[in-house]
Amino acid sequence: MNARPPRGPMGLRQREAWAGWLFAAPALLGLALFMAVPFVLAVGLSFTNLRLGSPLPTRFVGVENYARLLEDDAFRRALLNNAIFALAVVPLQTALALALALMLNLDLRGRAVYRALFFMPVVFPMALIAVVWQLIYAEGDSGLLNGFLGAISFGYIEPQAWLRDPRLALPAIIVLSIWQGVGFQMVVLLAGLQAIPRMLYESAALDGASAWQRLRFVTLPQLRNPLVFTALITTILAFRVFDQVQIMTRGGPNRATTTVMYEAIQAAYSRQQVGYAAAMTVVFFVCVLIIALVQRRLVCEEREVA
Amino acid sequence: MSGITTTPRWTRVLGYTVITAVAALYVSPIAFMVVGSLKPNAAVLAEAGSWRAFFPSEVSLNNYTAVFERVEFLRFLLNSIIITGSIVAAGLVVNSMAAYAFARLRWPGRTVLFTAVLALMILPFEAIAVPLFYQITLLGWRDTYVAQILPFIANPLSIYLFYAFFIGIPRELEEAARVDGASTARSFAQIIVPNCKPVFATVAIVSFLFYWGFYLWPLMVTVGPEVRPLPVAIAQFQTLPPLRWGDIMAFGVMMVAPVLALFLIFQRAFIQGVAATGLKG
Repeated sequence: MNARPPRGPMGLRQREAWAGWLFAAPALLGLALFMAVPFVLAVGLSFTNLRLGSPLPTRFVGVENYARLLEDDAFRRALLNNAIFALAVVPLQTALALALALMLNLDLRGRAVYRALFFMPVVFPMALIAVVWQLIYAEGDSGLLNGFLGAISFGYIEPQAWLRDPRLALPAIIVLSIWQGVGFQMVVLLAGLQAIPRMLYESAALDGASAWQRLRFVTLPQLRNPLVFTALITTILAFRVFDQVQIMTRGGPNRATTTVMYEAIQAAYSRQQVGYAAAMTVVFFVCVLIIALVQRRLVCEEREVA
Repeated sequence: MSGITTTPRWTRVLGYTVITAVAALYVSPIAFMVVGSLKPNAAVLAEAGSWRAFFPSEVSLNNYTAVFERVEFLRFLLNSIIITGSIVAAGLVVNSMAAYAFARLRWPGRTVLFTAVLALMILPFEAIAVPLFYQITLLGWRDTYVAQILPFIANPLSIYLFYAFFIGIPRELEEAARVDGASTARSFAQIIVPNCKPVFATVAIVSFLFYWGFYLWPLMVTVGPEVRPLPVAIAQFQTLPPLRWGDIMAFGVMMVAPVLALFLIFQRAFIQGVAATGLKG
């Protein structure tokens, strides 16, 4: 294959090298200009006091922005909120997605219809969901959720101010986010379930394993990688939360729903503090990186065992 | 004892009951939106707290016509189509070509660069939003289509998805064409592309879904309504006085209708595409 005779003015090898560069060039250029450069810029700017439209000259300020972040109550609250968000969404959404996937994996008639229904919110833009759910979470008797809870509890559950109560606002946003995200996790887990060899269940049944034992010792271990993987994506998404917060609560009430991205965009866009905002996004990226590395370890361990 | 391969009857009955109840609860926000879009504005708010929320007392398309009277809906729709369409179309070409170069062609630097592309997969857009905003401001690109399209064409996840698919295509398919003297470009366009339709569909669907709903970036770079896409437009429409929930719901239905239509037509491709991305990513 390598010993083909040269053809034309250039050797085949050389032609292939040119073709390779030409084919890859547009994408590489795009990635360099709009991902690599901004990333380097983010790190660089985080050590400056750059402000858009400021008459003061931009200068190097060392780790001043990071030092300020440690003292910034809003940012610390944002990090805490992202952590709470992840700790609530990941187990709840994974459990719900797994339950739905297991139910859909029974030979139900009309399985495709159910699957489509549960998947549907995934195709809805978050901005639209955030707008519509404000009426669901509306206060008093005009809110859909208040009406529903009142009806099923025969009036025992009082109407709540879901988005204005500091204790309820973050949980309210968490529920909405799970509603939108569970369909994605469900279809991935369902694909994972369908890839499990039937033979494993047959031999487990022959050994007299109960339904619970089959779930515990066949299904879950076989689903390990899709579970870890979807949990990773959900965790990272939990740190990226912005749209619903910006639209529904603007980080309020009293910073109860603020997130790292919300604070970063506020700093960069509303206050024009680009240097300070860049430091926030660097911290955000470090969080994402740590989560990804932990996940990689979990998957690798499994491969070593297998 | 129950059979080995069939699900016991009671599990099925229980399964149906539970899943139908969950499904009904699950689609209720969507039903609420659709029904609300058909009702008089005052009734949407007045009936939201009761079962009437899901039943239109009076059906009309008044809210829909009101949306067109109050804002330039068609302009926002066109903006979304132009922006998302350009990102998806250009992305399919650029990313599949790069993936082909990585998967099939030998050229100096490809290993290092491919590792770099894989590393970029972990970089979320949010991590670079601020400096990119600064870059676009310096370039004077705020409030343009270019600022909303160009940065998102090249995509490491798309390249990876194409790469994973191309690697699985037998080399013999191409070898035959090469012997006939086909150029790299022709061999790619005539052999690889027609044999890899599923991965093109997957990448198109995943990026379409993401950019149709993209909110953060257009919120930062658009100022006026000229190049404003639908997600930013609905958030602003909601704050446009007077607050009319029926109109907002009608706006929402019209905004999601194109995506929903595509989803219902290409349901299998959507679900398999998203699941494939999830399993591989």
